[in-house]
Parts: sequence; structure tokens; C-alpha cells
Amino acid sequence: MSTSPEIGTQTTVERKGLSPRRRAQRSRLIQYAVLVVLVLVAVFVANWHQIGSVFFKPEFIKSTFTDGVLKALVKTLEYTAGAFVIGLAGGTLLALMKLSQVGPYRWIATAYIEFFRGLPAIVVFIAFSLLPLAFPGMTIPWDPYGVVWLALGIVASAYMAEVIRAGIQAVPKGQVEAARSLGMPPGLAMRKIVLPQAFRIVLPPLTNDLILLVKDSSLVFMIGVAADGYELTGFGRDLANTYSNLTPIVVCGFCYLLITLPLGILARRLEARTARTR
Amino acid sequence: MALVEIKNLHKSFGSNHVLRGIDFTVEQGEVVCVIGPSGSGKSTLLRCVNLLEKPQQGQVIVRGEDITDPDCHLDAARQQIGMVFQQFNLFPHLSVLANCTVAQRTVLKRGPQDADRIARANLERVGLSDKIDAYPAQLSGGQQQRVAIARALSMDPALMLFDEPTSALDPELVGDVLTVMRKLALDGMTMLVVTHEMAFAREVADRVVFMDAGVIVEQGPPADVIGSPTEERTRTFLRRVLDPTHVEPS
Ligand SMILES: Nc1ncnc2c1ncn2[C@@H]1O[C@H](COP(=O)(O)OP(=O)(O)O)[C@@H](O)[C@H]1O
Ligand SMILES: [Mg+2]
Repeated sequence: MSTSPEIGTQTTVERKGLSPRRRAQRSRLIQYAVLVVLVLVAVFVANWHQIGSVFFKPEFIKSTFTDGVLKALVKTLEYTAGAFVIGLAGGTLLALMKLSQVGPYRWIATAYIEFFRGLPAIVVFIAFSLLPLAFPGMTIPWDPYGVVWLALGIVASAYMAEVIRAGIQAVPKGQVEAARSLGMPPGLAMRKIVLPQAFRIVLPPLTNDLILLVKDSSLVFMIGVAADGYELTGFGRDLANTYSNLTPIVVCGFCYLLITLPLGILARRLEARTARTR
Repeated sequence: MALVEIKNLHKSFGSNHVLRGIDFTVEQGEVVCVIGPSGSGKSTLLRCVNLLEKPQQGQVIVRGEDITDPDCHLDAARQQIGMVFQQFNLFPHLSVLANCTVAQRTVLKRGPQDADRIARANLERVGLSDKIDAYPAQLSGGQQQRVAIARALSMDPALMLFDEPTSALDPELVGDVLTVMRKLALDGMTMLVVTHEMAFAREVADRVVFMDAGVIVEQGPPADVIGSPTEERTRTFLRRVLDPTHVEPS
């Protein structure tokens, strides 16, 4: 123990050549140099003409629109919105079950949540695509919305349940006590007092769940919906195959960003607001 | 018949035996102040009166009905017992007016006009008619506590419980809340008040109850309990409260 201060002073004396600030400056210069080299290599080595014609071919951008990318965008939004509603309702129910006094409700909710959170969403979608084979004659109403909303909603509710449960538990205990002391039965106190506050608390993480859901809606093509039910990914993939060109996929990618980036900004705003009011 | 009758009340949290056999009554129209050192079980006693805490043993009889009986309709009993908390516990997502109407509407099933009228009358009673549309976060602590009183009064309770209603307030805001409570007492409200405000207890209380370590040590008119206590424990406590700078001879 007593020798360590001496070692410390020795090393600082030996390294007197460059001060820490000079060293940081040198390191920054090296990083810029590396960047410049990489950019130059990219500019001269890459075949920009080919890249442009594969990813951003103007006539294909145009025909992606005329072939109905906007319709696919609307489908993505419809699939996501319906699944979000189901996820919200199912997630709230599961959260309440998980907080229930009745053991079996808690176990069922826990099993459901752990099962569907542990599973890749695509497995659930494959299972749904095989349902008509396994149960001949079985139909889910509102084709294709019914099956899509159900598949996405089942996965979403497992994720949202945990978020909502945390929100409910974040509402101070005094709120329930105040409500109960006014004569409200437990269910009424939950609906009128706890849940409205819980949802306010979980608005930012729920927005993030919504973003995940937008992206997960791309798995819908696994269920095997008909062409007029294509959302962005199914539509883009189909068109890219037809053209043997990636431009439609790129356009669809931008469409996703059109939805997810504003939602991301919204989520961060809400987070900042929650942080301020705490 | 006493409005509240508590018989041989015992409450433990795990191995912590907090209430050790409490017997006492509150008569109609009486104002009872409960004093005692921190941790002596005052809040727990108050919370047993409307069964926010479940006693392990003993009875709490409100207007002749034993509310510890599992067959008792607890939510109905609680409507008659208003409670004011140290931390206010207003509903932050509701306006001041809605704080005072939500239970009237949903529990008492009053129509919107009736609920509104009653809430406004009670907000006027606590001097907050001008804050009806505000939200709790926009109010000072003293204003929030007065809204909490109006919220409880809007249920037309037969009994009001106060758990250290001024302890969380800045000193200059304590007076407003005590004034409202004094007025309430003059109007004949039955009140059970846990407080450290000795001047208030002396002036307003019909009876003062001194609690220590989960039992009632001494009770009686404020002039006796605060003025000339018979028990040594009461004297020690009062010396500390009335003169915090006083040093105990060891
Ligand atoms: N919910 C609870 N869980 C566990 N212990 C508690 C709880 N509430 C109160 N206690 C304990 O009971 C004792 C009395 O508390 P309390 O009634 O709040 O006293 P007072 O209000 O007189 O200060 C304390 O030791 C406290 O730690
Ligand atoms: Mg207390």
C-alpha cells in the first residue's frame, strides 16, 4: 500500500512529454484523418452510378408510388393501430391480473407475458399462418385485419402488460387510500384514480412500444395475406422482386422512418416532460 | 350512543406490535385531539377507524355498526368518515372541482348539478372559490390541504379524521388550514385530529388523548392533559413539544 503513491509520481514524471490536453488533441486529429481516408476510398472505389441505379432509380421511385406505396403505408398504419388497441386492452387486463390478489390470475398472466416476450414475434406469425391448415375451416373474421390484429396484438399485449403494471405501481399508495377513504370500491378507484395516472406515467414507454409495433407489423407477410392486404414490407418486397431492383424497398424504408422518427421525437418529448414534473 | 366506539384494538405490522389494546369513544359533535411522540401509533389508530389498516383484534363501531365485521358494507361505512392526510393525496389528474365531485358522482350517484353545487359550497367554506378550475400542482400546500378538506366534506361525512394535516406545510400556511378546521369544529363537526399543534388542541379540542407506545396513557379536557398532566410520560412529551430547546436532565 505504501509504495503506490511513489509509483504514481514516477510515471507522471516520465510522461512529461505530452500533457493530457495535447494527447486528446492528437487523438482527435488521428480520428479526423482516418475519416478523411475512408471517405476518399468510398468516393473512388465505390461504383456510384451502379449504387444509384440499384437503390435510387428515379423511374422505379415513381412507379413505386403509382403502384400504391401509399396504400401499403395506410395498411401498415391500420395494422399497427388495431394491434395497439388490442395490445393496450390486453396489456391492461394482464397487468391487472398480475397485480391481482388471486394467485391463479397472477400465474396465468405471468406465464402469458413470459411466454410471448421470450418468443421471437416471427414464430407467433408462422403459427398463425399455419392455423388454417391445423384447423380446417377455421376462419378469423374481418380478413385480413382480424388475423393480423390478433397476431400482432397478442405479442404487443405481453410487452405492454409489463409497462402498464410498472405504471400502476408507480402511482403513490396514498392515491388509492384517498379514493378508498371516500368510499370508492377497489375497481372504481382503479378506473377513476389509478389508471388515468398510470397511463400518464407510461405514455413515453408506450410510445416506444408503438414504434416497435410499427416495425413488427412488417412480419405480417409471414401470415400470408393476399396482395391487396400488403403493408409496406410485403409491398416493397413484391415490387423489388418484380423489378429485380432494390429501389421499392428503399422507398418503403423511408416510409417507415416517416412514421417512426416523429414517434421517437414524441417519446423523447414526453420523457422530458415526465422528468420535469417529477 | 357514541359516534365511534373502539374496543380493545390491537394492530401489529409483522412482529411490531403497534396498537396494544386501545379503548376509547368519540361522541357526536366532539372534537378529539390525539397527541403523542412520533411512532407511538397515532396514524395507525386513525387509519384503523376507517379500516385503511386492518386490526388483528378488537372492534371499531361506527354509529352502532361494527366495521371490523367481515359482513359490514365497508365502502358504505367509509362514506360517512372523511379523511384528511398529512400529504394531502389530492388526485393530480383532476381539477379542484373534479377532486370534490368524483366520489359524489361515482359513489353517492349524485347528478352533475347537485355534485357541482355541493363541491362549490364546500370549496367556498374552505376559502377556495377562486381555485375551482386549478389543478392540485398549481396550488400551495395550504391550498391543497384545504381542497382535501373540501373533498372530504363533499361526501357529507358524520366524522372527519385528520392525520397531522399541517405537518407537511410551510409554517406561514399552517394558520389558514387551522382556521378552516376551527370553523368546522364550531359548525359542530365531529372530528378526530392527530396533531402536534398544541395551541390548536388547547383551544379547539373537547378532549385530548395522549398516546405512547401503542396505548392511551392519559386523556381528558385539554386544560388537564396539556395544562397539568398527571402522567410522567405526558409531561416529558409536552416539555419536548412546547420547548424544543429544553435539555432533559440525565
Ligand atoms: N404500513 C406499515 N408497515 C409496517 N410498519 C408500519 C406501517 N405503518 C406504521 N408502521 C409502524 O408502526 C409504528 C407506528 O407508526 P404510526 O402509527 O405512523 O405512528 P405515529 O403516527 O404516531 O408517528 C411505527 O413503528 C411504524 O414504523
Ligand atoms: Mg403519523
